[in-house]
Amino acid sequence: MSKEITYTVSIYTENNIGLLNRVSAIFQRRHINIESINSSISEIENVTKWTILVIVTEEQMKKVIGQIEKQVEVIRAYYHTDDEIIYQESCLFKMKSDLLFEAPQIQNLIKDHNARLVTVNKDFFVIEKSGRTEEIETLYQTLKTYGISQFTRAGRIAVSKERMEISKLLSLFNA
Amino acid sequence: MANQKNIKTQRLSGAEAIIKCLLAEGVDTIFGYPGGAIMPLYDKLYGYQNELKHVLTRHEQGATHAAQGYARISNKVGVVTATSGPGATNLVTGLADAQIDSTPMVCITGQVASHLLGTDAFQETDIVGISTPVTKWNHQITKAEDIPSVLAKAFYIAKSGRPGPVLIDITKDAQFEEFDFLYKKCNHIRSYVPVPETKSGSVKAAAELINNAKKPLIVWGQGVILGEAEAEFKAVIEKAGIPSAWTILGASALETSHNLNVGMVGMHGNYAPNKLTNECDVLIAVGMRFDDRVTGDLSRYAKQAKVIHFEIDSAEVNKNVKADVAVLGNVKDTLTQLLPELRATNHDAWLQEFKDLYQIELEKVINDDLKPKVAEITMAEVIEQINIQTNAKAAIVSDVGQHQMVACRYAKFKETKSNITSGGLGTMGFALPAAIGAKIAEPNREVVAIIGDGGYQMTIQELGTIFQTKTPVKIVVLNNEFLGMVRQWQQLFFDKRYASTEMVNPNFVKIAEGYSIEAKKVVKREDLAQAVEDMIKSKNAYFLEVMVGKENNVFPMIPTGASVSEIRLE
Repeated sequence: MSKEITYTVSIYTENNIGLLNRVSAIFQRRHINIESINSSISEIENVTKWTILVIVTEEQMKKVIGQIEKQVEVIRAYYHTDDEIIYQESCLFKMKSDLLFEAPQIQNLIKDHNARLVTVNKDFFVIEKSGRTEEIETLYQTLKTYGISQFTRAGRIAVSKERMEISKLLSLFNA
Repeated sequence: MANQKNIKTQRLSGAEAIIKCLLAEGVDTIFGYPGGAIMPLYDKLYGYQNELKHVLTRHEQGATHAAQGYARISNKVGVVTATSGPGATNLVTGLADAQIDSTPMVCITGQVASHLLGTDAFQETDIVGISTPVTKWNHQITKAEDIPSVLAKAFYIAKSGRPGPVLIDITKDAQFEEFDFLYKKCNHIRSYVPVPETKSGSVKAAAELINNAKKPLIVWGQGVILGEAEAEFKAVIEKAGIPSAWTILGASALETSHNLNVGMVGMHGNYAPNKLTNECDVLIAVGMRFDDRVTGDLSRYAKQAKVIHFEIDSAEVNKNVKADVAVLGNVKDTLTQLLPELRATNHDAWLQEFKDLYQIELEKVINDDLKPKVAEITMAEVIEQINIQTNAKAAIVSDVGQHQMVACRYAKFKETKSNITSGGLGTMGFALPAAIGAKIAEPNREVVAIIGDGGYQMTIQELGTIFQTKTPVKIVVLNNEFLGMVRQWQQLFFDKRYASTEMVNPNFVKIAEGYSIEAKKVVKREDLAQAVEDMIKSKNAYFLEVMVGKENNVFPMIPTGASVSEIRLE
């Protein structure tokens, strides 16, 4: 039995209403939780790219990819381990402004963690941090001790180290 | 594109455009049921009655199964029309059935006007959302101008590659709206690869395994029928002398009497092919998907064998059984490529093993089924009479349960596309409407529906469709006054606790007569042959009820979780 690990799934699709539903149902049927999901434009005009994070065995992953690619409006689906991609995740922390005076070391923490102060007003301030999963996790654990009013994290976005020959594929399709 | 059928631009309403699209796709029959949101379409249909026959079923589910029967016997796309809300939700079972059994079908549903979408309007339901997991593709149209291109895509997707159902939801305002109509058939969608490329070398690799095999076994499925590859398939098995077994949906692709036809695999399949699956050295799967009812316990399924998988749907390869060689593509093409690579040979000693095991099944099961020593009629005797009276040329449309297994086991087939049944979904109520659709598609073929007393009552209202359309289908109800398959499981695995499986049935003959359908009931064996003969000779629809043994079981049987080689004969 192979081990469950984190896979980043990249799916190139036509931009059609309802397709996300169709694809997410494939994960749902197999009780696979979607850890994060991001939808954006891609390097190709009118082609959408989804980045989906799941924790599964490679065997499961292959079967799911097959079923995703089978969908009429899915152009291509890929899966990668963390080593095979360059990825970023991004998050926002909202904290009480009083903390800047009560715990001024927070300002150093922001610098040390390569985070960024987005806004400050008399009631609250907002920190933005982008990075790998564990970097965000570390900052979260650190700031938690001071009290976080709100926290949110965006879906992972990723590019693969190897070429995804999607443009070539599309030009073949259109030929 | 030289073959594209272009129609001159015309100013049409969306509703009329739908009809023009159907006609351009060669559709001459649709199955459906009107209602508020689809009324503009029905209004236009009124003017096209000579070109487009509409069969009014008595329930939308009946329309889907009729369209499935129509598609399964003809390999054409079955077309269904229904209204929004409950009309649309009633299609779901038929869609799911067509999805899992790869049946080409296009369902067109009316939808509330676009300005009402999302407001919980009267008869509004999110049918695109609901039908997503049970369709190959679906789409909602809110503008008339999208109708031609979307319907062209719908037919292309339903029919190409591994076929399946498509649902197109069209708002009422789009049906009324006028636009400049032009129809262009679709033969390409950039994101869609209906037939995967056959990897170079895969056919040769398959041939090498087959040529070196001592005990090869073929298991073929519906892919042979859907790919219209019956002749290519036969040429391959005859040249290489390979014993060949079929899945329930593959039945009739090769005539039953063929020397190399070794019977059905799976839970209630034949003894020899199940048992010998675990003794073959090369297992060749042709257009089938290793359903759990076929394989039993996967961890003990053909582990000793090299597996070759000929398959059009690459997602099926390695899904259940790992393939040593996968040959992707349409089996008609790949088997054509395979044939010259094969060495002409026979495997007579190996084939004899199948014949020896058949003898065991004959003595322990088949003789008791066909020549019972008890007074009660068996289901198999009825099927055998139908074989005799129709010269084994009938299309058998079976429902789901014991009678289905018996029909598939004992029906003798001479022609392809003769076994129409709900294999994957196991939809009780499938047979009666599916038989109507099959008979409408192929009026010159004898169509016999074989149904249990349970399933019959799930879509019994379609007798009204038979009455109104005068479709001469033959209906055989094998009545054991039980939901027989569930009762069999209760007997074998639940200590004979017959919870809610006993049926108190109405007078079925009177019900049929209420629809002016000639009807007869047989209780005694000596009346059976004559009754079947009378039914087959009738030029009209005919209902025959046969009272069969109440607690007869279907054997052989592979219990759930058991290995195919643990198949039980009693």
